[in-house]
Amino acid sequence: MSMLHRLFNFHGGVKPAYNKEASTQQPIAVSPAPTFLVIPLHQSIGGTPRPLVQAGDKVLKGQRIGEADGNVSSAVHASTSGTVTAVEMRLMPHTSGLPALCVVIEPDGRDEWITRTPFDYRNATPTQTRDYLRDAGVVGLGGAVFPSHLKLNPGKSGKLDTLVINGAECEPFITCDDVLMRERAEATVKGIAIMREMLAAGRVLVGIEDNKPEAIAAMEKAVAGEKDMAVIVVPTRYPAGGAKQLIRVLTGIEVPHGKRSTDYGVQCFNVGTAYAIYEAIALGQPLVSRIVTVAGNVEKARNYEVLFGTPMADLIALCDAKPDTDRLIMGGPMMGVRMPADSVPVVKATNCVLVGSPILFPPPPPEMPCIRCGECAKACPADLQPFELYWFSRAKIFGKAQEYNLFDCIECGCCAYVCPSHIPLVDYYRFAKSEIWAREKEKEAADEARVRYEFRLFREEREKEEKAARLAAKTAAGREKAAAALASVDQPTTTPEEDAKKALIAAALERAKAQKADAAPQNTEQLTSEQQAEIAAIEARRAEIREMAKPHLPPDN
Amino acid sequence: MISAILVMALGAIVLGAALGYAAVKFRVEGDPLVEKIDAILPQTQCGQCGFPGCKPYAEAIAKGEAEINQCPPGGEEGIRKLADLLGREVKELSAEHGIEKPKAVAFIDEQICIGCTLCIQACPVDAIIGAAKQMHTIVADQCTGCELCLPPCPVNCISMEPLPESVETWKWKYPVFAIKPATKEVA
Repeated sequence: MSMLHRLFNFHGGVKPAYNKEASTQQPIAVSPAPTFLVIPLHQSIGGTPRPLVQAGDKVLKGQRIGEADGNVSSAVHASTSGTVTAVEMRLMPHTSGLPALCVVIEPDGRDEWITRTPFDYRNATPTQTRDYLRDAGVVGLGGAVFPSHLKLNPGKSGKLDTLVINGAECEPFITCDDVLMRERAEATVKGIAIMREMLAAGRVLVGIEDNKPEAIAAMEKAVAGEKDMAVIVVPTRYPAGGAKQLIRVLTGIEVPHGKRSTDYGVQCFNVGTAYAIYEAIALGQPLVSRIVTVAGNVEKARNYEVLFGTPMADLIALCDAKPDTDRLIMGGPMMGVRMPADSVPVVKATNCVLVGSPILFPPPPPEMPCIRCGECAKACPADLQPFELYWFSRAKIFGKAQEYNLFDCIECGCCAYVCPSHIPLVDYYRFAKSEIWAREKEKEAADEARVRYEFRLFREEREKEEKAARLAAKTAAGREKAAAALASVDQPTTTPEEDAKKALIAAALERAKAQKADAAPQNTEQLTSEQQAEIAAIEARRAEIREMAKPHLPPDN
Repeated sequence: MISAILVMALGAIVLGAALGYAAVKFRVEGDPLVEKIDAILPQTQCGQCGFPGCKPYAEAIAKGEAEINQCPPGGEEGIRKLADLLGREVKELSAEHGIEKPKAVAFIDEQICIGCTLCIQACPVDAIIGAAKQMHTIVADQCTGCELCLPPCPVNCISMEPLPESVETWKWKYPVFAIKPATKEVA
């Protein structure tokens, strides 16, 4: 079937050395639970989940420890059973080297699951199913960790033309999707079938690069019984596994700037996500582990099923890192980010832990000036003009960079890969993007401050008016009362105005008197004779003490 | 002759009526330039510029009564944006109005606070919660860091705490590598 499918081409791309053989020689192994699991609460795009446990709590494997914060968020779960020893700030697997809130769990070794009940999605509303997936912590495992429940929505039309399943795995060294498809093709296809049902998708295209023959064979076997589901072999070219690039290759649809693929009836998911959805719905297991490739400067490169929260150091220890190891990279050599330390945990976004050395990844040659050769534009799979973006980012003219669609850049690194001047182009784009985001946040904060300031001015004005109105009403009422009092007494010797004034003064005096009476202590009245006797006794003792103290007082007193 | 005058007069009346109607119908509320300047100002409402808030400063700039370099929280970048908008020269931040500081938020030491409400009255964005003789606290998300609550506090329990960097607010650094001077080794 795949032979008949017409393939399209995406612009640009590069062909780096793939280095995928080393880690595919052996099947997936299960990484043992470490001494301590450090599970960050924030592992997906969106709001930071709120912790549901505290130090001392016993947790079971799959128990929710972080509750999704709003709908654009995803829950996190205990990866094994044990005791929570702390909920504290720990170093995150993030380039910044900054800490964030993590749940630290000491495993009890029993690895005891919560009660797992499959979710009957056929008898649930789409919203219920999506909420279930959110609470099961299912996020995109291709690397972007976008909450999957948000993408499993066919939108207004209620159906999709094509569901694209991404098994391309184009980045060098990474083989976690490859081995998943080899070993768990049946389950993955079941997950794909669930997604197709939720999205009411007409056809399913599973795109796999032609350098993974075993995975292709396994997946073709697994989809054989499914209607309108086909495995499509795509040429190996980086970044064929980018969502937009794969959609382009498989369907010919080019998603333009500012649009989503769903606007064109296409949605794209990673194969790992399909497997996670199968586990969540068919087995009732929330996402607590994933397949991670350990490759690079190690003796035994391999794929491991790793519990989230396992420190990378524990994982590397299984693979015998070579002695000249000097860095860990999360992800591949093209898009990966360097880790601040080997103590950081494996998280949902960790598809690969790449062990580096100065020989494997030599320091880049010195950056030279841009010679305007245009190689980067030829290589850009997003059809951007990387040199323009570079100049604007470098000069900090961020508005212009945005005009040149900086945010369509997928940071694939093709431009930097081909750059003859060795300019770290992606670093410039990342810098510009984070500056723009920071400015947008500042702008939002300023707008909120403006609204609050204006409301305060309005409130002060209103309070002033209300106070004036109250005062006027009070004065008017006082005058009226006084006049009425005078009218009843009827003293013709004074003018009515003087009377009113006098009456006001009298009323004020009356009020003051009443207040004084209120303020005076009342508890000395109506005492019993016993109490009075007691008071007298106390007074007598006081007098005595005063007498006794007299000789000790300083002479001038 | 008379018909010509009548035609001209009629034309004048019709056009005058149209213009008069348009002036009422399409009247622009407020000053759009002030709005544009106000959008650039950081809305700290700190009064360091010498005006009682960002909007009055924006009005003064629009009228040409104030310089564009009197806003320390806006900093160098704010001055550059204002200069772009108004076609004026970029200037150094005026030293008499203050210096550019990293963003900070006020913090009340609750052990010392006596609950006098003076800071609540001073806060321009109502970011302090409390009541008389009750402890006060700052809503850090809404604090603009204007420092206006510092002087009224009778017990000096308010301090400015710089915002710590978190994974969410961390920014990629400008990728420029230090150029090492070519030093010759002394033999």
